[in-house]
Amino acid sequence: MIDIDDSLPETPSRRHPVRSPWLAEIVERREEARDIFTLRLRLCREAARSRYRFQPGQFNMLYLFGVGEVPISIVSDPEDEALLDHTIRVVGRVTRGLAQLRAGDRLGIRGPFGRGWPVQAAEGRDVMVITGGLGCAPSVSVIDYIARRRERFGHLTIMQGVKHHHDLLWRERYEAWGRQPGTTVLLAADQGGPVWPWHVGPVTGLFDQAPVSPGRTVAMLCGPEGMMQAVVRELRARGVADRDIWLSMERNMHCAVGLCGHCQFGPHFVCRNGPVFPLAEIADLFGVRGI
Amino acid sequence: MNDDTTQGKRGEDKGAAEDGAAVFLERDALQTLLALLQSGGYRLVGPQVRDGAIVYETLGGAEQLPRGWHDEQAPGRYRLHYDPASPRLFAWANGPQALKPLVFAPRELLWEAHRDETGNLRFQDCLPSGERIAVIGVRACDLAALALQDAHFLEGPFPDAAYHRRRTGLFLVAVDCSHPAETCFCAATGDGPRVEAGKGAAWDLRLQELEAGFLVEAGSRAGAAYLARLPARAATEAERAAALAQAQAAVARQTRRLPAPGPSAGAPCHDAAGLAGALTARHDHPHWHDVAQRCLACGNCTAVCPTCFCAGDEEVPDLAGTASRHYRQWDSCFTAAHSYIHGIVIRAETRHRYRQWLTHKLDTWHAQYGRSGCVGCGRCITWCPAGIDLTAEAEALVP
Ligand SMILES: Cc1cc2nc3c(=O)[nH]c(=O)nc-3n(C[C@H](O)[C@H](O)[C@H](O)COP(=O)(O)OP(=O)(O)OC[C@H]3O[C@@H](n4cnc5c(N)ncnc54)[C@H](O)[C@@H]3O)c2cc1C
Ligand code: SF4
Ligand code: SF4
Ligand code: FES
Repeated sequence: MIDIDDSLPETPSRRHPVRSPWLAEIVERREEARDIFTLRLRLCREAARSRYRFQPGQFNMLYLFGVGEVPISIVSDPEDEALLDHTIRVVGRVTRGLAQLRAGDRLGIRGPFGRGWPVQAAEGRDVMVITGGLGCAPSVSVIDYIARRRERFGHLTIMQGVKHHHDLLWRERYEAWGRQPGTTVLLAADQGGPVWPWHVGPVTGLFDQAPVSPGRTVAMLCGPEGMMQAVVRELRARGVADRDIWLSMERNMHCAVGLCGHCQFGPHFVCRNGPVFPLAEIADLFGVRGI
Repeated sequence: MNDDTTQGKRGEDKGAAEDGAAVFLERDALQTLLALLQSGGYRLVGPQVRDGAIVYETLGGAEQLPRGWHDEQAPGRYRLHYDPASPRLFAWANGPQALKPLVFAPRELLWEAHRDETGNLRFQDCLPSGERIAVIGVRACDLAALALQDAHFLEGPFPDAAYHRRRTGLFLVAVDCSHPAETCFCAATGDGPRVEAGKGAAWDLRLQELEAGFLVEAGSRAGAAYLARLPARAATEAERAAALAQAQAAVARQTRRLPAPGPSAGAPCHDAAGLAGALTARHDHPHWHDVAQRCLACGNCTAVCPTCFCAGDEEVPDLAGTASRHYRQWDSCFTAAHSYIHGIVIRAETRHRYRQWLTHKLDTWHAQYGRSGCVGCGRCITWCPAGIDLTAEAEALVP
């Protein structure tokens, strides 16, 4: 249903499907790696498509019939309004069920939600995208965004750390990004191997090869909190200010609209005030166990 | 008579009466008001004794109100006593619940999905009926809590349609607390025990109960319209003085308070910054371990708290596989599932969960909604099986 209770005050929510989802169809399903796949979705109704606008780093709640909803980042380009890509890793009930779907199948979408990456504020500056873990989807959206608008940004450094060399997703994509002018791609694996030509060790070991210029560099981080903490220490040691370090946070989510309380992180609702935060806003909470 | 005013913008004309405008109503005439409200299309909800506690349920008439009942509350303890000689209907402090379930339902259907043979889906929003409910005997702490729930559910960027519909159907008959419990500290938070205009959620009628009857005043056009039809007379000086003395005694009876550190010490913490920032800054205080030794992580405190708003979604498919219902129900930050993200429970230990509850309520609520999330109702103290008292825990953390 698209229609929203008209007695409610006029707010941004009038553009959103706040209660029940909007209907979407899978246009294409791509296998990325074992247990990682991409669903390309198209909103079924014209009225929904015309309202839908998003920013890199925002997410949707994807609804699988009879099973439930999960938050998943949007990885496609905001200018391809008609098609919404979601790269999903199978971890539990809903994601396992989503993995069974095929092109032509239907599901529900609520979104887009939250604050995305600071792509406007980063224009004209050097950008470092630093990620850890398996297929960090939110970072792909911002890298693609910058890669397609290369002239608007300064130097782009992409740093990706994985545990095992075979965990690296999208090897060709990294290679292609690395061939672009003004772009450096640095990869690290805790455990390398014969076919791993890059750094062996934690992602923080890449900083020796990465030029950082305080005041000019904007860092965008995504990955497990422990990894982001280590990266924050390196960035601070190199003089990058907390307001120039942006992190994509993850918390349990049910409603995605700041009502259910599950995603609370100190005073913030990650679904609404995040998931992307400048470190300056969360410095007193970030890294504290159990917050 | 037009009593449609509560259908308009929430509370636009409520709680506007000037102090001292009260008239006197004999106790027996309360039934006249209840009957008028019923014929005005309201379902009555009011306090009644059920299973040893005073709870708010559908009310047939004034005879079901807890006449002569008194409560005794202490950390982890709640008892009722009956005094056949007492004519009073409201000589007790709040029981475990009052307004919250009427606006934020403990469990409700949000939407349904239907699937046809071709696999196509259809979604349907589900909203409550928009029933009109007159609540009899709403306390000041619950009006304050209702204002906080309004801020959460209605005043953010994504107002909740179900809450909105339930909320606009409410007619509130408030009553001043004459008998605060030992656990109450609404005077210290600045939220009670008196019902006042311009404080907390707006009300339609306000009662002050005396031995012989009530002082009554209207706080809205709808309230005034009902009041005009009641057999009331002007209040005497003596009645006003008795009401004032009773209100002062109710304040004096309260002993608990929350710490208010810094320059605002001594001020009611809701006017001041209270504990904003103070508990976050003490996230590694050893006292969190201490309270975690006693806390059972049962979540009773969150269930009875009139400002707690956490809810979890649940999907219930039918057996035929053609329909699935999406529910929302109250949840608690004391459960492991509340902070689960694949393979990790963020708040793994009880100390993290108690810290989340207390820090959210007394500290980070300020950043979210401009004041503390505690209205001093004392419910979490009474209904904690371990008798944990948040005012004492806060005092231990921020002496
Ligand atoms: C803002 C945001 C963006 C995300 N983007 C992506 C993405 O692009 N690709 C991707 O693969 N994953 C992403 N995730 C993680 C993804 O939401 C979880 O993997 C997913 O919810 C797991 O659900 P499940 O039912 O399969 O797992 P189960 O382990 O069965 O989870 C049960 C329930 O717990 C909750 N839950 C579990 N893990 C998470 C989690 N990490 N975050 C929030 N709630 C959780 C959900 O309510 C879920 O239904 C994102 C999470 C957030 C918060
Ligand atoms: S925290 Fe306790 S005393 Fe404060 S409003 Fe909630 S239940 Fe009442
Ligand atoms: S503080 Fe008391 S009521 Fe709250 S979870 Fe702990 S034991 Fe239960
Ligand atoms: S997911 Fe419900 S408040 Fe953020």
